[in-house]
This record gives sequence, C-alpha cells and structure tokens, in this order.
Amino acid sequence: MNLGGGQLVKSMAVPSSSASWKSGGDGVSDQFPAGLRVLVVDDDPTCLRILEKMLKNCLYEVTKCNRAEIALKLLRDNRNGYDIVISDVHMPDMDGFKLLEQVGLEMDLPVIMMSADDSKNVVMKGVTHGACDYLIKPVRIEALKNIWQHVVRKRKHEWKEKDYEQSGSVEDGERQQKPNEDVDYSSSANEGNWKNSKKRKDDEEDQEEKDDSSTLKKPRVVWSVELHQQFVAAVNQLGIDKAVPKKILELMNVPGLTRENVASHLQKYRLYLRRVSGVSQHQNGLNNSFMGTPDATFGSMSSINGLDFQALAATGQIPAQSLASLQAAAIGRPTSKPTISMPVVDQRNLFSFEPHKLRFGEGQQQLNGSTKQISLLHGIPTNMEPKQLASLNQSAQTFGGINMQVSSQASQGNTLLMQMTQPMSRAPMLNENNASQISRLPSSVGQAILSNGIPSGVLGRNGIVDSVRGPVYTPVSQTSSLVDFSVSNSAELPGSTFPHASNSGISSLTPKGMMQEEVNSEGKGSRGFPSSYDIFSELQQHKTQDWGLQNVGSTFDGTQHSSIQGSLEGGQNNPPNFGQQFSSYMVDNSLRIKSERHPDANCQTNLFPQQFGQDDLMSALLKQEGIGSVESDFGFDGYALDL
Amino acid sequence: MERYQHQQQYRQLAAMRRALFDQGYLDDQFIQLEELQDDANPNFVEEVVTLFYRESTRSIQNIEHALETTPYDFVKLDNYMHQFRGSSSSIGAKKVRYECTQFRDYCKARNAEGCRRSFHQLKREYSTLRKKLEAYFQFARQTGPSETACRSK
Repeated sequence: MNLGGGQLVKSMAVPSSSASWKSGGDGVSDQFPAGLRVLVVDDDPTCLRILEKMLKNCLYEVTKCNRAEIALKLLRDNRNGYDIVISDVHMPDMDGFKLLEQVGLEMDLPVIMMSADDSKNVVMKGVTHGACDYLIKPVRIEALKNIWQHVVRKRKHEWKEKDYEQSGSVEDGERQQKPNEDVDYSSSANEGNWKNSKKRKDDEEDQEEKDDSSTLKKPRVVWSVELHQQFVAAVNQLGIDKAVPKKILELMNVPGLTRENVASHLQKYRLYLRRVSGVSQHQNGLNNSFMGTPDATFGSMSSINGLDFQALAATGQIPAQSLASLQAAAIGRPTSKPTISMPVVDQRNLFSFEPHKLRFGEGQQQLNGSTKQISLLHGIPTNMEPKQLASLNQSAQTFGGINMQVSSQASQGNTLLMQMTQPMSRAPMLNENNASQISRLPSSVGQAILSNGIPSGVLGRNGIVDSVRGPVYTPVSQTSSLVDFSVSNSAELPGSTFPHASNSGISSLTPKGMMQEEVNSEGKGSRGFPSSYDIFSELQQHKTQDWGLQNVGSTFDGTQHSSIQGSLEGGQNNPPNFGQQFSSYMVDNSLRIKSERHPDANCQTNLFPQQFGQDDLMSALLKQEGIGSVESDFGFDGYALDL
Repeated sequence: MERYQHQQQYRQLAAMRRALFDQGYLDDQFIQLEELQDDANPNFVEEVVTLFYRESTRSIQNIEHALETTPYDFVKLDNYMHQFRGSSSSIGAKKVRYECTQFRDYCKARNAEGCRRSFHQLKREYSTLRKKLEAYFQFARQTGPSETACRSK
C-alpha cells in the first residue's frame, strides 16, 4: 500500500490494513479507520511513546516526532501523507497553537491538541485556533480510538461546501439557518437585491462547480496570503457583484490556478463576507448564525461584551438602527450608510437579556466591549481573508463549534473577542493572532449569519457594543484569550496587509451588499451613524484606541449616548489612557490581554480581533436571548492570557 | 515445587503491584500502560517508565539549576514543572504529579520558599517511586515475564 511514501519514523501498526485507507479517498475502506495516518507531535518522549503505542493499538498508522518544525516539514513534504495531526500544546521550539494554525492554513488537516493543562482559557485557545479536538493529558486510548471522526467530518464538510451554493444549506447548523433568516428578515429591499445577486452568482458558480464536485478530492491549492491578496484584489477590482471565478482567474493570472480553485475560494470568501456583514439581527438569524446553539455562557458573554447591548436592548431604546449603524461602523464600511435597517425589534430581542448589568465597570468596560465588537465585525472580514480559505473548512467546522464554544464557554470568550477587536486601541490585540483566529471565527459566523446578509446581527452586536457606556475597554483584557489565539497566529498571517485588502474589499463589497442598503433604508436612529460608521472603519483601519471610543460615543443614541459620550470623551481625550484603562480592566476582569502584542501600527490586523469579538458578541447575544440571567454565566475569570 | 514457588512469587508480585496503587504511588494511567503491553512489546511498561526516568532526571536538574539563581524565574520554573508533571501523569505517577502541582502553585504565587520546600518533597516522592518501581520490575522479571509483566491485574 502506498501511504504517500517516504514518511519518516513511520510505524505501521498493521501494514495490510493501511492499504485500504486512502487519504482523501472519497470512500472509506472497509477497514476504516484502521490505517488512519496520524502524525503525533510531542516533545515529551514518554508521552510520545505512549501515544504511539496507543495509536498503533487502534490500528492507525503512526508517525511520531518530537519537534513542531520537523512535523511541519513532514507535512509539507508529504502533502497528502497524513490524515490527522495530534500535537501537544507546550513545546519548546514552537507553540502548539502556532503549529495548529500552520497546519490548518497550509494543509487544512484536522488537528487535535493535547495538554496536561485543562484550564478553560487554554482549551478555548485550542477552539479558537481551530483545533478539532482537545485532549487532556494523560491521554487514554479510548480518547484516541475515535479521532477518525474528525477526519471524516472534515472531509464531509469540504464536500458539503461545494454543495453549499446549490442547496443553500450546509452541514453546519448555522448555515442551514440562512434560508430562514432570509425569510424572516426582509426589511430591506436591498437586502433582497443582495441576496438575489448573490444567488445569481451562486447559480453561476453552481454551474461551474457542478463539474468539479464529482471529484471529491482534488489536489489542494494552498491559498497563501499572497495568493489570497491577489484574489481579493481581483474581486475588489471586479466588484463583488461582478466577481465571477473566470474573471477573477484572469485578473489574478496565476499559472496553475484553475477556475474551480477560484470558484471554491470565492464561495468561501463570500461566506466570510456574509458573515461579517450579514449578521442578522433577527433572533433566529442570530441564533442560527451562531451555530444556533445559544449557550448559557453565551448569554453571559454577551453580558460582558454586550453589556451595553443588553442594557440597550433591555431598555428597548436601542434602535435597531443605532445598533445597525454600530455594526456598520464596526464593519468599517466607510461607504455604507449609517442607517442600518435592522428591525429594531430584532435587535431588541437580541439584547433582551435584560439589562445585564454592565458587569464591568460600566462605562469603560462597556465601551470596550462595544468597540471591540464593532471592531470585531470589521475585523472579521479581514481576518477571514488570509485564513479564510485555508481554514475555512476547518473553521467552518470548528468555528461553529468554536463559536458555540466561545459563547458557551465564555462569555469570556466573547469578551475576548470583543477585546480582540480592540487591538487597535492599545490593546494588545494581537492582530496577528486575531487574524488567525478571527479567520476562524468569522468563517463560521459568517456562514451562519450571512444568510440574510442582514447586518443586523452584526449591527446588533455593534449596537450593543456601542451601547456600552463605559469607555472602558475591558474587552481588551478579556479578549486576552482571544488575543492569545491571534498572537500565535500572527506569524501565520501575513497579516497587516490582509486586513487592508480585506477591509477595502469588504468595504466595497459590503456596502454594496446589504449593509448599505440596509443602512440607508432605516433612517431611524442613525444618529450619527454615518459618521460613526466611517469613523469606525477609519478607526479600525488606522486608529487604535480612539476609534472605538469615539465611534461609540457618536453613534450611540439616547440613553447610552450620554454614557458613551462620556466614555468617548474619555477615550478621545486620552487615547493613551485606553491602554491604561484596558489594563485596569484587565485586572478587574481577570483577563489579561497581552496588550502589547500588536503595535498600533497594525491597525489592520486589529480588524481581526474585532471580528472575533463580533462573532463572539453575536453568539453571546444570541445566547443571552435564550438565557435569562447571563450574569451568572459570566465567567470572566477564567481567561488569563498565558501568552 | 517450582510451580508453587512461581505461584508464590506471582502472588507476591501482584501484592507489590497492588500496594503501589493502594498507597497512592500509581494511578489508573499506569494500568493504561499495562494494557498496552502485549506480545509485540512485552516490556512496554518498563520501557516507558525508563523513558520517564530519563526525562525526570533532566527536569530535576533543570529545576535545581533554576533554583540556584536568584531571583527565581517563576515562569521558567513553572514551565519545567509543567513538563515534568505531564510526563509523570502519563505514567500514572500519582504522588509525584501531586507534588508537581504543588510546586506550580507556589510558582504562581511566586513563593520562593514554598517552591523550595515543594521541590524537596517532590524529589523525595520521585526517588521513592523510582525505588519501588525498580524493585517491582526486577521482581517481575524474576517471576517470569510472560505471566507477570503483562496485564497483571
């Protein structure tokens, strides 16, 4: 049997059995999962030996290595030589999460993380970085027996993505919700147009893709950052409405790239964009988009992130629009109009959790949360890009889980997201990290949310964020965990450039899409959205701390307005304080974000974190809706950045 | 006679083994290792435990060295101990793992004196476990590998 030959340190458990297992084979052999090709990475020789033996006993084909770099080399040299990777988190030469990201980006293989550390924040990190599973050491053989499911799931997911456009429903729950969301949310004609145009494109692509879908396994195209940037540039040049694979391919002019590659990449990109911009306010939508499984924690999370939201929602004073505008702003669509036509009601629902008492010091924290969220949304698109493709599959898969997890796990997670978005502001939001992580998140979120292309979801989040009264950027600290993620990934993401590209792309794209329309359609509550919107986008891209606060203040209306302003002012006046504030919050929240991670200059990367936050917020919000008392779920404490 | 002696020895070995569990030196993870042992790898458990000794010696040396330089680098110490804890848990060294956790707690609390005391305790537990395991494996070899080394329950 030829297992991709030349693998080092390969121990064959049962040679004959592996023959039947083909990587990427569309069918599973009768002996599956025997012969599953596992690469296990752990610097501890004791554990490594034990794992090897366990895996062999499961009839898997095991390759062990004790260094992450060697593992990467093995994976690169044998592109289709492995089915799954198991890696320890703490390794001397390379952080396990970094390896995880690399693998996801380059090879798109399922990766299982392991660690003796079972603290929530580390597990969360695994989730947000896209690990398909997380095992606590000491690992038992029972835990390894079922790892094959991740391989199957991933493959299945990839195949489903192809069908996505056609069926309009994907494996993931959130995707399936889209149709519902579309139906429910019909506030904007534009939205309909957007959907139509998207459908048109989808149909086009469906045609093209149908031919390809028959081949389940194609040689993988690695969407490197440069390639993706080229792609985005081409898409932007064409305009999202007109961006068809053929033309994109022509513009990109990359030898060896096929229309199919571009088509599937475009599909993912669209999902990403949708997710970023089309978060539906609608409860269903939101729920759907957020993996549809509101977790209690989510609620708590939202409380953290969306403290303001809730407050706003609770009061019912938050006009959908303001939220929408916030979102829009968050998304950084400079061109989009501030008014987002999100049904107010929906928004309210989102935030109906009730006045979640701003847990964090009121103003500041809230602000942070909100800003973060906004930035998150904004960031999402960006993040998506680099990793989008690579991790889309992964993220789609894991994202849903991650999101859920994010929300469930944490409100902390959410807050983290929120905070992540903060990167702009002094917050250490590791743009890089965020990017990587965000790319993960957005993908799933995008998928879920995109359905209606209703920015409401996003807006809602933003809105909530905005509503945060406090200028405090607590999220920053909270997002530490999120940040952590990003940080590790930062290396992976060529980062800064992407966000720009994506931002610009997004800006142009999204406005075209729903956001704009929606924004325009609803005049209410757009108080200053346009400005905020612009500000947000601008801020996101360039400003660090200020943007969050400023935008928030301006965009918020009414009730929160005053509070926000207060916070804004604080923020505006003392941009430098943000960092301080953050740090103070960080302490309060027991979330330690490594603020210094990203230099302010990396505004772009900031986006990533933002995205993350937004998604989290959304999920948190969704959760909250389902959950009455979020507060209790708020468990910030767990996330301390151990970066 | 021989058979009887062998049975006696086997029983003795089994008792030794049980004591290790009852007294808390080993936990369920050790059984996992035993279950992995088979005809193809008849000395798997001992092989792994030997790997553990090697790693532990290195970890202990690292920590000792780190404890000589003041002020303590608690992060580094924590990292070393994290590794040590991981490997000790993977073979089921229960008491040793416990001491590792204690040490890490002191690291987190930046309690230098606590670290020292805890490390001292850790070394003692490690040394005790090692002696007992070595005696156990030696006796197992004497008693008869096929019968005692594998799946002794």
